[in-house]
Amino acid sequence: MLAAFFDSIPAMIIATGALVGIAASLVGTFLVLRGSSLLSDAISHSIVLGIVVVWMLTGAQSGPVQLVGAALTGLLTVFLTELLAATGRVKNDAAIGLVFPVLFSIGVLLLNVYARDVHIDQHTVLLGEIGFVWLDTVSLGGYEVPQSLLSMGAMAALNLVFVTLLFKELKLATFDRALAAALGFMPGLLFYALLALTSATAVAAFDAVGAILFIAFVIVPPSAAYLITDRLWLMLLFASLIAVLSSFAGYGAAVLLDVSIGGMMATMTGLFLVLAFLFGPRYGLIAQGLRRRRAALAQAV
Amino acid sequence: MSGLLAFLSDYTIQNVALGAAILGVISGVLGCFAVLRQQSLLGDTLSHAALPGICLGFIFAGTRELSAILAGALLTGILAALFMLALSRRTRLKTDAALGISLSVFFAIGIVLLTYIQGTGNAAQGGLDTFLFGQAAAILRSDIYVMGTITLIGLGLVLAFWKEFKLVTFDPGFAGSLGMPVTVVETALTLLIALAVVVGLQMVGVVLMAAMVIAPAAAARQWVRSLEAMVILSALMGIIAGVSGALVSALATGLATGPLVVLAASALVLVSIFLAPERGLLWSGLRRWRAERHLRGRQVLATMYELAAAHDNPAYPAEQSMLDAYHGLGTGKVLHRLQGRGLVRRTTHMPQEGIHWELTEDGRHEARRSLAALGKDES
Repeated sequence: MLAAFFDSIPAMIIATGALVGIAASLVGTFLVLRGSSLLSDAISHSIVLGIVVVWMLTGAQSGPVQLVGAALTGLLTVFLTELLAATGRVKNDAAIGLVFPVLFSIGVLLLNVYARDVHIDQHTVLLGEIGFVWLDTVSLGGYEVPQSLLSMGAMAALNLVFVTLLFKELKLATFDRALAAALGFMPGLLFYALLALTSATAVAAFDAVGAILFIAFVIVPPSAAYLITDRLWLMLLFASLIAVLSSFAGYGAAVLLDVSIGGMMATMTGLFLVLAFLFGPRYGLIAQGLRRRRAALAQAV
Repeated sequence: MSGLLAFLSDYTIQNVALGAAILGVISGVLGCFAVLRQQSLLGDTLSHAALPGICLGFIFAGTRELSAILAGALLTGILAALFMLALSRRTRLKTDAALGISLSVFFAIGIVLLTYIQGTGNAAQGGLDTFLFGQAAAILRSDIYVMGTITLIGLGLVLAFWKEFKLVTFDPGFAGSLGMPVTVVETALTLLIALAVVVGLQMVGVVLMAAMVIAPAAAARQWVRSLEAMVILSALMGIIAGVSGALVSALATGLATGPLVVLAASALVLVSIFLAPERGLLWSGLRRWRAERHLRGRQVLATMYELAAAHDNPAYPAEQSMLDAYHGLGTGKVLHRLQGRGLVRRTTHMPQEGIHWELTEDGRHEARRSLAALGKDES
């Protein structure tokens, strides 16, 4: 049964996509609520530099060294952005938009120079190769398990442990930063830990979906969930659910139309967001319209 | 010299330089409004969202026809902007989430379309890849005409509605109270930024075009105060960054143009942030350092004056180590500086003791003046 699962290519691809979505949604929920969604944009671009530099230094194209390298690059991005904004010479949004293109540009140029020696090229950066995850497998307990599935599983588990153990602290730091600081929960440190996890997740997902599609998995499912529910734990749950559904639907549609699987999965998250936007029980456009009409009617009477 | 002349008269090089200059002008000018309105990342969303339009334009035209591709890019850019506005105005999602959603979903659709085109096996699709990271060398003279026309339209609109754009950028509330249709003007500015993004797609590519909107404007802002001067300087910065990046890319084979242009523009930002007069970090650091030095001198003078007054001896010799202890730092340098200004002089109190200083007539006068100024401040 399990062997059949690991032998099935579609199952491997869908499972990898679902794990990318779950891992990204877990951290993304807090980024969206905090109003820092675009930091995921900055991080996912600049880890390209981290990946290339770690590869040049150690020769490792994936694995724990890459995850740590990425976490550091992600933190460097955020640190440089905050440093630039702290000079008061540019606004915060411009600081984000100035820092990550520089890091990304250096990464792409290094890729251009060393293109012949490394398997990541400009296309992988953008598209990922989720369709080929089953090519690169490791033996685990007698089963051939895809490398990507394993690293995504590990990241999803790590993020889940982080969110579960620090649920109360994260919740307080997200909704009432001042109180969290006063109670000694160190919201700043917590936030940096969250960003480090986001970066590591981005690298783990890099082979599967590339740098830019990853943004969709971080921001879109939590945003869709935010339009459906008011409860934080439900938001985490719905976001993960939407991510899993997107993975299934995206795979199906991509195979049907013979297009990029990662791209289709990310597109599907957008479709679910539009559905939530239209049909959300309280915040959806239709619910808003009905409420307005009822209010108008009540006034007329 | 003749090598340089041959280089400059090279047809491709001319095209590249001209295209980069055009791109620099329009992204520099319109970037000013984006940066000042704190919508820098809108450019990021609009440029990523151009990808599906590029693909649609290609599918529609059946070939790599630049005008069709740019029209498609403009269309999906506008759609993405409207989607973003709908999300941020009609839901409780914050602007940053709306920008990120628009960016990533449109880009994902673009990737899907790109792989669809690749799947159809159209041989001409090879050219589409260059829109991701930009390829200056692929620019044709006919492309320059298309880019130039769009830029002229964009600049014409900015000139025609200069007053409206300026007022809405700096004080939308006041603009509204004058009866100006603020939402319409804001939407128009957003669409114009989409126009600027479209011009840069071939040169810089969808992924990095955002930096070209932000960087020249952010650099120009450091040097000048008025919007008029900022727009002109920003256009100049755009030209410098664009032309230098594009030429390097055209010369060195295999280097994508977008990253090079972005690095050139970012270097300008860094230089501006440090060196621009008034706002430059270097000057303000220097000013603070001077002020601190001046303040320490006044503090030491005041201490010596008070000591002299307490001892009823205007020429009271204060021991340097005592001044050190009182101020909690080495005052030797400060005292030597004061000596250079003729405010204190060294004196021997008792041969076996440490260095002593006394106030000169000028020093007493200076100390009285600064103490009086202090008293006035306190009252």
